[in-house]
Amino acid sequence: MANTKEIRSKIQSVKKTRKITRAMEMVAASKMRKAQDRMFASRPYSEKIRRVIGHLAKAHPEYHHLYMQSRDIQRVGYIVVTSDRGLCGSLNNNLLKLSSTSMQAYQDKGIEVDLCLIGHKAVGYFRRQEANLIASAEHIGDTPSIEDLIGIVKVMLDNYKAKKIDCLHLVYNNFVNTMKQQPQVTRLLPLEPVDEDQLDYYWDYIYEPDAREVLTEFLTRYVESQVYQSVVENIACEQAARMVAMKSATDNAGSFIDQLQLAYNKARQAAITRELSEIVAGADAV
Amino acid sequence: MDKLSKDKIGITIVSAEKELFSGDADMVFVTGREGELGIAPKHSPLLTGLKPGEVRVQNDGQEEVFYISGGMLEIQPYVVTVLADTALRAHDIDEAAVLEAKERAEKALAEASADLDYYRVTTELAQAVAQIRAVRRLRKQFG
Repeated sequence: MANTKEIRSKIQSVKKTRKITRAMEMVAASKMRKAQDRMFASRPYSEKIRRVIGHLAKAHPEYHHLYMQSRDIQRVGYIVVTSDRGLCGSLNNNLLKLSSTSMQAYQDKGIEVDLCLIGHKAVGYFRRQEANLIASAEHIGDTPSIEDLIGIVKVMLDNYKAKKIDCLHLVYNNFVNTMKQQPQVTRLLPLEPVDEDQLDYYWDYIYEPDAREVLTEFLTRYVESQVYQSVVENIACEQAARMVAMKSATDNAGSFIDQLQLAYNKARQAAITRELSEIVAGADAV
Repeated sequence: MDKLSKDKIGITIVSAEKELFSGDADMVFVTGREGELGIAPKHSPLLTGLKPGEVRVQNDGQEEVFYISGGMLEIQPYVVTVLADTALRAHDIDEAAVLEAKERAEKALAEASADLDYYRVTTELAQAVAQIRAVRRLRKQFG
């Protein structure tokens, strides 16, 4: 009878686990909706600022800002955005793998990499690799604000200005839809040159007070908004991935319970049969 | 219709967290870094910072007012984009944020060694416990 008892307690524990995963799935679903709303709400800003940057690239500014000039790469900077918590499928793993291969390509050429990490998972991962960690932000929560990110972005921008790094990359998860999140590496600095097509006549902005100051402020905000957008997007990705992972965990728990139930019934039946045959044999002996 | 015959100017006001306004206007007033700006259609391209203050959008005799705590302004002949800040910006605040971010990184690295210590301590503890157990067993046998 010990066997049936064991199976019964196992079923109980799997049922409890299923309850937890189901609750987590529902929490993730409602959080995902909110995160998606925030993501869509903040998209106009980053789209607008990208458009202005596009105009800027098409204009013929007299002053070429440092952020727009490419130079020889001797050292690169990476901003890696991950979630703080796990239990969200392979979301963080895929992202970290991608960033590692991307960094490896530089390291093979003897170029060193400086890291700036957002999210607990990234910090935990790169800590083990003895990476050059120069700034980090953890536990940003579900509603990030730009203030949380100004510091780490400025660390990187200052390093870029001081020519300590010559190129700045951003690694984050792109929210395609609920089922699909795509890890991505994009270059933030220097700005990718936009192919100049239609506006080939000469024009430039009026800068107030002067080009250098305005452009610095502008490009700083551009980088910040890109990082902010990636953080917001990453949160939506995290919740979506968690929802899917917890859904499959709940389903798996269900089928596992079914299997255990079958095994339990068989064991119980076997025990009854054995007992009966023992009784019959006992009766025969008498 | 030719774009140049338009007599309105499109205006979008966005902050990093949401879009505040999007529509057409006859005239837009903002407080630029260098003073008040009145923007009518066919304004020449301009890029400037904004002081904390109001953005007034006039359209068909109606006026809408938005308050922003600073930001950036881009003017194209028929499009005005106001990129409003949500965060308070000041040089010393930014510097403080930089220090904080660096400290966090250092702390994360320091915790790594703390973790290692933790593992070493737990293994030592396990060894000690095993030794005590062995001693007790010996005592029971021979004591």
